[in-house]
This record gives sequence, structure tokens and C-alpha cells, in this order.
Amino acid sequence: MTDKNGFFDLSKTGLTRRTALKGLAAGAGLAVAPGFVRYSQAQSSAPIKIGFQCHRTGIGAAYGRWYERTTAAAVKAINEAGGINGRPVEVIIEDDGTDPGRGAEVVGKFATQHKTDIVYGTLFSHVVIGSAPAAGEAKMPYFVVSEGHHVASTKLNRYVFQPGITDVKSQIQAMAPWIAANAGKKVTQIFPDFAFGYDHRDYLPPALKAQGAEVIAQIAIPPTESSFTKYFPQIPAETEVIYHVMVGPAVLTFVKELGEFYGSNRPQLFGFIDSLEATDINSPGLEFLDGSHFWEGSPRYAQPDDSAAQKAYRAAVGIDDNGAAVGDPKDVSTAAHMFGCWETLYVVKKAMEDAGYKGPEDRAKLVEATEALTEFAEGPEHPQGPKTFNGKIHQCFGIQNISKVEGGRLNVVHKTKIEDGLYEPEGDYTTQPL
Amino acid sequence: MKEASPAKAYALHVGVIVLLFALSFVLPEYHHGLLARIMVLAVFAMGYNMLFGYVGLLSLGHAMFFSAGLYGAGLAVIHLGWSVPAAFAAGLACGALLALVIGLLALRTSGVAFMIVTMMFAQVFYLIILYLAAWTGGDQGLVVPQSARVLVLGSTSLGLTNPTVRYMSALVLFSIVLLMTLAVVRSRYGRVLVAIRENEERTKMLGYDTFSNKLAAVVVSGTICAASGAAYALLFGYVGSTFASVQYSILPLLWVLLGGAATTLGPLIGTLFMYYVVDITSGYTSAYLLIVGIALILLVLFFPKGILGTIRQRWLGWLP
Repeated sequence: MTDKNGFFDLSKTGLTRRTALKGLAAGAGLAVAPGFVRYSQAQSSAPIKIGFQCHRTGIGAAYGRWYERTTAAAVKAINEAGGINGRPVEVIIEDDGTDPGRGAEVVGKFATQHKTDIVYGTLFSHVVIGSAPAAGEAKMPYFVVSEGHHVASTKLNRYVFQPGITDVKSQIQAMAPWIAANAGKKVTQIFPDFAFGYDHRDYLPPALKAQGAEVIAQIAIPPTESSFTKYFPQIPAETEVIYHVMVGPAVLTFVKELGEFYGSNRPQLFGFIDSLEATDINSPGLEFLDGSHFWEGSPRYAQPDDSAAQKAYRAAVGIDDNGAAVGDPKDVSTAAHMFGCWETLYVVKKAMEDAGYKGPEDRAKLVEATEALTEFAEGPEHPQGPKTFNGKIHQCFGIQNISKVEGGRLNVVHKTKIEDGLYEPEGDYTTQPL
Repeated sequence: MKEASPAKAYALHVGVIVLLFALSFVLPEYHHGLLARIMVLAVFAMGYNMLFGYVGLLSLGHAMFFSAGLYGAGLAVIHLGWSVPAAFAAGLACGALLALVIGLLALRTSGVAFMIVTMMFAQVFYLIILYLAAWTGGDQGLVVPQSARVLVLGSTSLGLTNPTVRYMSALVLFSIVLLMTLAVVRSRYGRVLVAIRENEERTKMLGYDTFSNKLAAVVVSGTICAASGAAYALLFGYVGSTFASVQYSILPLLWVLLGGAATTLGPLIGTLFMYYVVDITSGYTSAYLLIVGIALILLVLFFPKGILGTIRQRWLGWLP
């Protein structure tokens, strides 16, 4: 840059040695002044801001409450261990009302008002799908803890990740070998007639077929239904296993009526604990479930072979041996899912450190660093178990638990292998531009 | 109510449009994005106001018209690969057709029965969306690909994901609907609608075919709501069944009641107010709906005809 007016020509400004020394002294004084020191530190130790899109109200509020507690515990542990890249982590929470429209607004608010480094924590699939476009447009890394197959389907965008919890397609696939070998080979499915049920409707039959078993009937129950007895005569008499994934407040009625229908002579029952997350397994009406089996992401009840990491995680989050809040046995946790918050935050930490993340200008680097991750070893950062991560579909794969209801608690009777849940990738996010 | 001179009424409305245009340049990023969304949803409220405010028909099923536009436009892009203008037109056509059919059936009733019938039709529409999950994405919904949300005008391509383009697109839609609403309510047809609201029997006696006029109002109202839905899908990239649920039939009623039923600018004021009350209070407490409820009670006490409705009644009788 040239300066035709001599503005930068010191020889023409009348600058004397005395003035220069005064200037240097003033500069040095400024540099050691308290305010300047604070500013310097702010540049290097300003918090990493994580926008937590939380289901504080709406249908997901029970999950949201426990996701919030798990997040607080994980952030406390991360900060006590030095934060991320030496910087503390600050979580900013916005309630999305478990509504996709509000969800998208909240992502926008994180990006443009709070100016968070990432957005994280969403569970319900419709909120994830509704918010994903906003995250992609803002080029905001969006780490969800949803278990839906939507991320791995590669129908969202390059900024959406699910590295802390397996997806439902993988979970169902991993259940099939155990069901076929231990419960029975003729399976009738009962599921809610909307997307959560459709995942089970679509992914279970081929998974069972590969194990030499079959789905002999599929009974879809409308989401508005409050009484189920009229559907039970549709269950074929030769059914060996009833596979049920009913969710929502009608679950208790569903189980009670199923018990009344069958009495003591029933087929094997296999379900997903999603039906009873945050619900006491000993609630009146659920006695019929005794002896049945459930999928659990992470066990609700403390198990005899729990690792030290699992014990430490449970203590940090504040759940007792029965999976309820310490000091409030009626406040049952969403243990099967909420571990995903803990593990996702540690994945974020790892990816940010790998990327040398400094601020929002490094978001693209963070995306690439996350995509470059391949596996997470079991330990304090991943107490649920070891996982692999497929950077092309932004999805992790891990072990699953099959638990039996016995004596009023859920005991883990089988753990699947990571390989049981692997499937062919359906696309590749890494081909999308950043 | 005093009658405003056309120039005064139009000047006010053009002034509001100019103000919204100017705000685009001064608003912080977050509020800029939020206002774009509010303008699109204010169009939904204006469509609702057309039927509720001017004809006096309280519908609890307008979510289906909004969703008809939302899915009409969104699915045309997702499954058929249509361009943005064609998809928008498809959304409008879906809304207009649905409104015509629903109007023909529901207008056989009135009062509470009309409310219930529209709510039932909307519930049927909602369940159809869930039932056709293979195409609609069911309760999870579908993403409208970012790459397809591009408006091609001659040799110029405008990405609807660009905040400025999105804001201006929302403003254009809002302005057209606002001025159109003003023109309709000031027209002979608009006066007939008000006459039906005030005394349908007398209007019939004067020789007007009230059924046809009401049917036309349902179609206009439904089409405006569909325009809002279509714009929402194309500007914000998501179609989902939540927008067809009963909650989204009640929201426009709330926005219109708050802003002032049968006022042209009331829907904007009501939508703006509700959005910001929720946005601000949810930052302080998870019990924000309690605060929203208290705010609504206070409004009903002190502004029984909505904000603009009460202002018109007490101070500015010329407000359209």
C-alpha cells in the first residue's frame, strides 16, 4: 500500500524521539494494564459455547429433563478436566417445545443471536428433521442425540451428526439374531402407526429373515387410539413372539389389556424400552411384563458387571441403582438414551481438539475432524461401550443390551456386538460441499 | 366506524411495507430471520382473518389449508423436481381446491357446528398425511433440499436460503396479500361479507346469495393460507405433519384475536406479539406458557377487541 499524502511517512509528522518514547511507554503501560490482560485472556480462554436445543416442554419433556441433567454432568466433568482446548465449555439452553417449527427458530437463534460454536442435544426425529435445514444454511455443526435413522439415511446435510447414540435401524438389526435364537421364529409386530413404528415395521422383517425367522403379522395401531383390545384378535395363534414398540401415555393401557387378553398363557414378549422410558417398571398394570425382554441402549438398573466408567457416569449424572434420580425414586430416568448426551459431548471435545478449533471460523474444520473419527474406546468418555463411527454417514455404531424383566427390575441377559448392527451405507455426506 | 379515505388507508399500509423493507437493513441478524418467518405466518393469519374477521365464521381447521400449500409445494419439489414458481403455484392450487371442497361441505353448517366440522376435516387431513407416510414422511416430515430452493429469474438465480432473498421474498408475499386484503375489504364484495357477519338473514333478504359469497370467502381464505404454507416450505425447507395438527389451527385464531379481528394489520401485530412474547419469556423460564397466558388475559381485559381492534374503537376509527 502506498501513501501519496505522506500519512504514513514518519519523517513528515514531526515525530521526535521524546514523543516516540512516550508512545512506547504508553503502549507498554496499556499492555500491562488489568483491562488489557483480561482481554488477552478472553481471546484464549473465552468459553466454547454449546447451544443446547432442549425439549423442556411438549411431548419430549421427560427426555428433555434428563438430557439436561446428563449434559450438565458431562460439561462439569469436561470443565473440571480442563475444558476443550483449554477453554471452558458453556451451555446455552433454548426450549424448542418439541416442535419442529420452533426447533428451526431455535437453531437460528443459536447461530445468529447467541453465536454458539455448535448446536447439540436434539432428540425427537421431527424436530431434528425440521431443524436440520436451518443448521445446514447457517453452516452450524448440529450434533443430535436422536437415535432416528434420518442422519444415517444421508437425507439431511453435511452439518448434522449423530456420534453418541446408535440409530434405530442398527438397533433393530442387532436384535434379530437374539430374538430368532432365544424367543421364537414366528413374530407378530404391534407398532404405532407413525414413523417410529414404521422404522420397526420396515427394518425388522429383513433382519429376522436373515436369521431364519419371519414376521407373520404386522398390526399398526393409530396414534390416537386409547383402547387396544379390539386389535389383539388379529394376532395369529401360531405367534411365538409379540414384538411391541408402543409409545406414549397409552402404553400402560396397552400392556394391561394385553395381559387381560392372554392371561398367564402368552407368547414371548419383546419390546423397546422407548415405550417405558421415564416410567417405573413396577407401575400398577405392568406386572404382565414380568419375564419379557426389552432392548436398552444403556441399562436402566445397575448391573453386577458394570464397569468403573459406567459407575462413575451414573454417579455423575445422579441416578441410583434403580435408574431413578438419587433421592427421588419416582423420578425414573431415560437411561437407555441419555448416555448419548454424555458421549456426544466427549466426541465434540475430541473433534474440536483434533481440529484445533478456535471459533466459528473453524466450523468447517470441525466437520471434517468429526468425519475423520473412526472409533471410540469404552471408558469414562464412552461408558455405554465401545463404538465405531462412519464419517460418511455421520453415524456411530455400538453394542446393544437385551434385558429381562425379573423381580421388578431389568437385568441385562445379552449384549450384542458392534458388527451385529452394521449395515451398508446409504450415501456419503462427505461429497457435499462445506 | 368512520370510513378512511382510500389514500389514507393505502398510505398507512404502504408505510408499513416500507417500514418492513427498511427494517431489513437495520435489524440484527437473528431478528431479521425471525421477522421473515413472522411475515410468512402473518399471511397465514391474514387468510384466517378473511373468514373469521370479515365473515364471522370461526374455523378450527385452517391448519389443513396451510398444510395443503406446505405439502403441495414441498412434495412437488421433493418428488417431482418442480421449480420454485411451479411448486408455489401447486401449493396455491392445492389450497384453493381443498378450500372449495371443504367449503361446499362445511358451509352447510354454521356457528359451533361449523367449528367442529372444520376441525374434523382438518383431523382427517392430518391423519391422511400420517397414513401416506411413504410420500409425506409421516410425522417426521421431509426436508426440501437446499439445492432445489433456488428461484431462477431469467439469467439470475436467487437462493432462497440467502437471508436477504428470504426476507424480501417473505415481504413481497406479505405485501401482496396485505394490499389484496385491503382491496377486498374495501370492495363491494368485502361489504357483503361484513353484512353476512352482521346479519345473514337480512343480507339474504336484500337479494344476496350468501352461500356463494361465503364459499368464495372460504376459497380466498384457504388460498391465502396455502400461499403461506407454500412459502414456508420453500423458504424454510421443511414440511411436516405438525403444521397440520390442531395446534396450527388454533394459532392463527390466537394471532388474529390478539391483533384485532377484522383489521387488516391486526394479523401482523398479533403474530409479531405472540412470537416475541414466546421468544423472550422462554429465555427466562420453562413455564413461559404461563406468562404467555397471563399476557393474553391482560390483553383480553384491556384490549377486548385485540390490539388494533381496540385502538380503532377508542382512538383511530378510520383504521381499516
